[in-house]
Amino acid sequence: MSKRRNAPPEGKDLLKGSRRDFLKQSSLLSAAALTPGTLIRAANEQWDEKVADAFEKLPLNLEVNGVKYSVNVEPRVTLLDLLREQLNLTGSKKGCDRGQCGACTVHVNGVRINSCLSLALCNEGKKVTTIEGLAKGDVLHPMQEAFIKHDGFQCGYCTSGQIMSAVALVKEGRTQSPGEISEFMSGNICRCGAYSNIVKAIQEVKNSQS
Amino acid sequence: MKKDKIGDPLSRIDGRLKVTGGAKYSGEYKLPGLTYGVLVSATIPCGTVSSMDIQAAGKAPGVLAVITPFNAPKVPGYQPGAARPVRGLKLFNDDKVYFNGQPIALVVAETFERATYAASLVKATYKAEPFETDFHKNFDKGVIPNEGRYKDYVRGEADAYKKAPVVVEQDYMLPSEMHNPMELHVTTAFWDGDDKVTLYTKSQGVIGSQRSIANAFGLEVANVQINSRFVGGAFGSSLRTWPHEVAAVQAARLVKRPVKLTLTREQMFTLVGYRPLTIQRIGLGATTDGKLMGITHESHSQTAVYEEFTENAVNVSRFLYASPNANTRYKVVPLNVGVPTPMRGPGEATGSFALESALDELSYKLNIDPIELRLKNYTDMDPERNLPWSSKFLKECYQLGAERIGWEKRPTKPGMQRDGDWMVGYGLGCGAFGAYRSKTQVRIKLTPDGSVNIQTATSDIGPGTGTAMTLIAADILGIPAERISFELGNSAFPVAPTQGGSQTVSSVGSAVHDVCIALKQKLNTLAGLPADNTAEIEYATILQRLNLPSLELTQESQSGEEARKYSMYSFSAHFAQVHVHSLTGIVRVKRLVAVVDGGKIVNHKTASSQMIGGAVGGIGMALTEEAIFDDRFGRYVNGNLADYHVPVNADAPDIEAIFIDKPDPIINPIGTKGLGEISLIGVAAAVANAVFNATGKRIRDLPITPDKVLMT
Repeated sequence: MSKRRNAPPEGKDLLKGSRRDFLKQSSLLSAAALTPGTLIRAANEQWDEKVADAFEKLPLNLEVNGVKYSVNVEPRVTLLDLLREQLNLTGSKKGCDRGQCGACTVHVNGVRINSCLSLALCNEGKKVTTIEGLAKGDVLHPMQEAFIKHDGFQCGYCTSGQIMSAVALVKEGRTQSPGEISEFMSGNICRCGAYSNIVKAIQEVKNSQS
Repeated sequence: MKKDKIGDPLSRIDGRLKVTGGAKYSGEYKLPGLTYGVLVSATIPCGTVSSMDIQAAGKAPGVLAVITPFNAPKVPGYQPGAARPVRGLKLFNDDKVYFNGQPIALVVAETFERATYAASLVKATYKAEPFETDFHKNFDKGVIPNEGRYKDYVRGEADAYKKAPVVVEQDYMLPSEMHNPMELHVTTAFWDGDDKVTLYTKSQGVIGSQRSIANAFGLEVANVQINSRFVGGAFGSSLRTWPHEVAAVQAARLVKRPVKLTLTREQMFTLVGYRPLTIQRIGLGATTDGKLMGITHESHSQTAVYEEFTENAVNVSRFLYASPNANTRYKVVPLNVGVPTPMRGPGEATGSFALESALDELSYKLNIDPIELRLKNYTDMDPERNLPWSSKFLKECYQLGAERIGWEKRPTKPGMQRDGDWMVGYGLGCGAFGAYRSKTQVRIKLTPDGSVNIQTATSDIGPGTGTAMTLIAADILGIPAERISFELGNSAFPVAPTQGGSQTVSSVGSAVHDVCIALKQKLNTLAGLPADNTAEIEYATILQRLNLPSLELTQESQSGEEARKYSMYSFSAHFAQVHVHSLTGIVRVKRLVAVVDGGKIVNHKTASSQMIGGAVGGIGMALTEEAIFDDRFGRYVNGNLADYHVPVNADAPDIEAIFIDKPDPIINPIGTKGLGEISLIGVAAAVANAVFNATGKRIRDLPITPDKVLMT
């Protein structure tokens, strides 16, 4: 291990020595769909990490807003960063990268999640909907219309996450009262303080559907 | 033809972009060859970096550069004797560490993940020196700021309150509060050769950013292009150009590719300012029938050892109430912390919490209704500057607010009203903030299809600048808003002030007003009519008839002599109804009514949202927000959005914004005074006063958390 040019100087014990060992183990354990032979060879032959790096990208197939993507991503890439930095879908926002603000909320197989807390590779074969996929062509989703009508935003940065949460909330049936809406929308922070307008927008959509 | 008028509730012109994810913020421009910058922070609060090991980081996959104090290319504006010196922290310019979290390296790599990983490999050794971060321990080291306007103020006799028959003398504490806009601070920079640079950066003022970057790199101002079309909130945190923005430009020059540098949420607790920890002492003296005889307001707040920050914490006590005697003292305590920066309602929000709380305490001592006490000390002229107000409708604010909140239901003795397990109380807090107007240029262009384009280098951090400007232009030109496009956030546009101090609608709105009138006059003249003709004319037809491809005008607008003859302020009265749980001490704001004299309201829809939003910020100040410092290490322990509590949806009550909506006859042609700050100033006191009314417990240390309610 000492010959490796860029082994992490700390945390060796934690990682049991090297990324290469990890590759061997993980590929043996789980990665039937990958090319374990190549990975093990790369590891055994102590290739430069820069070469190993190329093999650390793993294939991922997923559907975003009805478009099928086949991409190679590093395991450490989050779904949010995949969307924003690689697929150029910047509508989903990064406000904390810790699952604390909700700005990155998307739907995965119809369920709302914080995309900053989901590794991209965990979404193999799944259907992702982002804010860009909500409108049907030029026709806005009723929730988008309601947010404009009730001025449910100011700077607009949390808005994508608010709307994605709001759409899911109506489906979840958590819109029985303004208090319930507020409680179940509290994972989406709006620093501009548009909360009461957001609640009004959600109420309107809920009422128009019932 | 549809007419859009000043005062109409117009939906945001950029609403569709914001609800579809189509609005592009500064970190969302996919530039060819884009690279990613990640900062490495110092882990000591004071000392020097004695050595750094960047070998592992430099060799990590995809790394293009590791910039440190030992290898950083020199930033001209950082050097001694620079023609245009840059104020504040000079990142990577030397080995000094002034606060924990100060960046000591910048890693640039091909991807965000690679840069983040490589940054974790950078090792530093320090020569640590003794540090001071404990504000309370260092309280006595407070100094009067260097700037002259912060010297002690005395009207009449100093400390006269002590001689009055009824006296309140109390200390009030506000912890450091973080702006925490939802968008992380981000700068994307790229160079074109050696003398031209372009930035997409989170900025409240593209002209200010342009000058700062030009100064830092010794460039022609025109060779710096700043874009900041959409800003994901700021509240003051993007008023200035920060060292990390300069670092991104420095890195882009080094790697000869675009660099995107995004701060982490934790870094935003140390690198982009905050509302500083402040302790204030208020002394009020009154006659037994409630006439103020003396006001003394002292304030100590923290600042950084490397840069002095000041704000108007004590000023409100000089002019808001009539008192023959008033004096203020203001000091700052330099510590090994990041430098503060103005945060929404800067200074005045801090000061009004203390003054308005003390006034409430006085009202109970005198057994006089808080509104009546304020009316007894109402002043029809500015006692500080000895000038008439340009307009003041604070009495009307009291009256309207009292009606809407149901003030007559307020128990005159505290702790008398209950709703099940909840104690119920009502409180009032007032605010004032200077109404400003700065010089602004606006360009307008009419094309033969009848559409109008307006450009100016103003910003929109959320209030809806473009929407308000569109409404003004539509009103003056007499055309529908849909025909107008308004562009901002670009330093190549005509010069406009930074969006701060609640001055945008007053400054930019006046210029839009003036340029539209100039355009109308020009069209009248072209049509052979008197310039001041008010009859409707078909703009497009005139251009077509004269075979003009377009008509373009640029106009500059600013205030005149009147600014020196009057004292101009926005005023507000915030009324809160709170419920305090008798067993758990939880405080819930149930209702909040914000009544504001902000002059003429241009767009009732967005103005109302702005007022509601400011009130939510004020609720955070009152009940939840506190950046907690660990003085053993000189570091925040709650530098994230899970542990630093900004109000969430369930914390926000039913908030009603009411506008006096009377144009100020002096300040500008439309009569607008400004809302951004006044929406927050006074809210914290309203809530704290309501908590006292509900419980009989006076909590003078914000935020009012359940433990304080139970232990007081």
